[in-house]
Amino acid sequence: MPEEHTKAVPQFLAHKEGDHVAVAVQDVSPGTAHGCILHGDQDLTVDVQDTVPLGHKIALTDLAEGVDVIEYGVRVGITTAPITAGQYVHTHNVRSARWQSSVAH
Amino acid sequence: MAEQRRPLTGYRRPDGRVGIRNHVIVLPVDDLSNAACEAAANIVPGTLAIPHAYGRLQFGEDLELHFRSIIGTGANPNVAAVVVIGIEPSWTERVVQGIAATGKPVEGFSIERHGDLRTIEKAARTLARFHQDASELQREPVERGELMLSIKCGESDTTSGLGSCPTTSEAVDRWVDAGGTVLFGETSELTGGEHLIAERCVNDEVRKKFQGLYDRYLARIEAEGANLLGSQPTQGNIRGGLSTIEEKAMGNIAKTGSVPVVDALEPAEAPTVPGLNFMDTSSAAAECVTLMAAAGAVLHLFPTGQGNVIGHPIEPVIKLTANPVTAETMTEHIDLDCSGLLRREYPLPHAGDQLMDICDRTINGRLTGAELMGHREFALTRLYPSA
Repeated sequence: MPEEHTKAVPQFLAHKEGDHVAVAVQDVSPGTAHGCILHGDQDLTVDVQDTVPLGHKIALTDLAEGVDVIEYGVRVGITTAPITAGQYVHTHNVRSARWQSSVAH
Repeated sequence: MAEQRRPLTGYRRPDGRVGIRNHVIVLPVDDLSNAACEAAANIVPGTLAIPHAYGRLQFGEDLELHFRSIIGTGANPNVAAVVVIGIEPSWTERVVQGIAATGKPVEGFSIERHGDLRTIEKAARTLARFHQDASELQREPVERGELMLSIKCGESDTTSGLGSCPTTSEAVDRWVDAGGTVLFGETSELTGGEHLIAERCVNDEVRKKFQGLYDRYLARIEAEGANLLGSQPTQGNIRGGLSTIEEKAMGNIAKTGSVPVVDALEPAEAPTVPGLNFMDTSSAAAECVTLMAAAGAVLHLFPTGQGNVIGHPIEPVIKLTANPVTAETMTEHIDLDCSGLLRREYPLPHAGDQLMDICDRTINGRLTGAELMGHREFALTRLYPSA
């Protein structure tokens, strides 16, 4: 069953090449983290700045405030604060581009 | 083909449609008839009452949807026979006639001028006869293409888009390749990716129908002067790492396979074209699955992230998750753990093979986690309040 496809267990996965964010697939602590592109062979390394729980997102690149956030190769939201590579990305710094305010709490 | 390695069996109904369960049900036309339905089902063990909250003073399109949902549930090929109970005779008869079109055994009883007790006795006698007759029906070999599949995800998180939804996608493509029909819906959860579905519509006519249903939904929300912040994404979605409706939509769409969208349907409308059909539905799990079962779906695939526990009275719901915490903490609900995809232990087609194996065993009678846990959520969709 496992074949040549098997690689080192990644700490995060990005959907598409060029995505601005990747998903932590285990709890990730600050420091160097290794990941890859889903269904690809490209390895990615990022210096993680925050604690990021399983399933939550890590910025792969610096993003200014008010710009598109790309995931799955498409826009999934807009930044509400400047974000630097390695930072935790969630509702505190991203909002929907379709519905015009941040997520209600 | 690898998918056909295990012979599939099911119940072929008089109208030619094929089911994978053999339920005998007692169906209330309205909320007032729930008590009599439950009493009759209690007298005949193994039969199932399907209580619900509605059916009085509905009108117009909302009433039509009520009848379509109730009649469709009784007509579903997972159901062998139906006893219908309503408060008065005319709407009861309308439901009976609708189900009778399938050729399956159905009888109706109304409560006015008889009372609950006499109605329960008559209903229970009929139910006992139906149940005994249904117990003699035999499974026979069936083709995958004869089994209508439905899909909807819930309590999604980012692992849904990475693992459980792409795994479901594998099953969708294989089902359609085998000549089958697959239903997907969740209109609100396409937001941000609706253009991707529009692009996949098989022709301009279907694209126009799809866009019309999507725009109608948006107009309904805007007419309320509202948006869905606070509801979409849900608090569970956010806890799981999803930040926006668009991100959630991309995960949702990741389960729809790569095949074209052949038609766009009203809620609970039975599909007529084999292949992947869009249906305008709520994204609430029980409402969506109830509409799809009413359209004739006999097996549901439900990818989950944080762990939605939904089932349905007559349509088995298979749950799969790629979230290792959910797989470990909610084992009794999860039929397939595909979290190995996140650890890159195997490629996606391997997860697809595992899901097809669970599907085939479920078709042949294996109980799902939701069936074992007694989850029978039945939630009728309302378009507006009763008169």
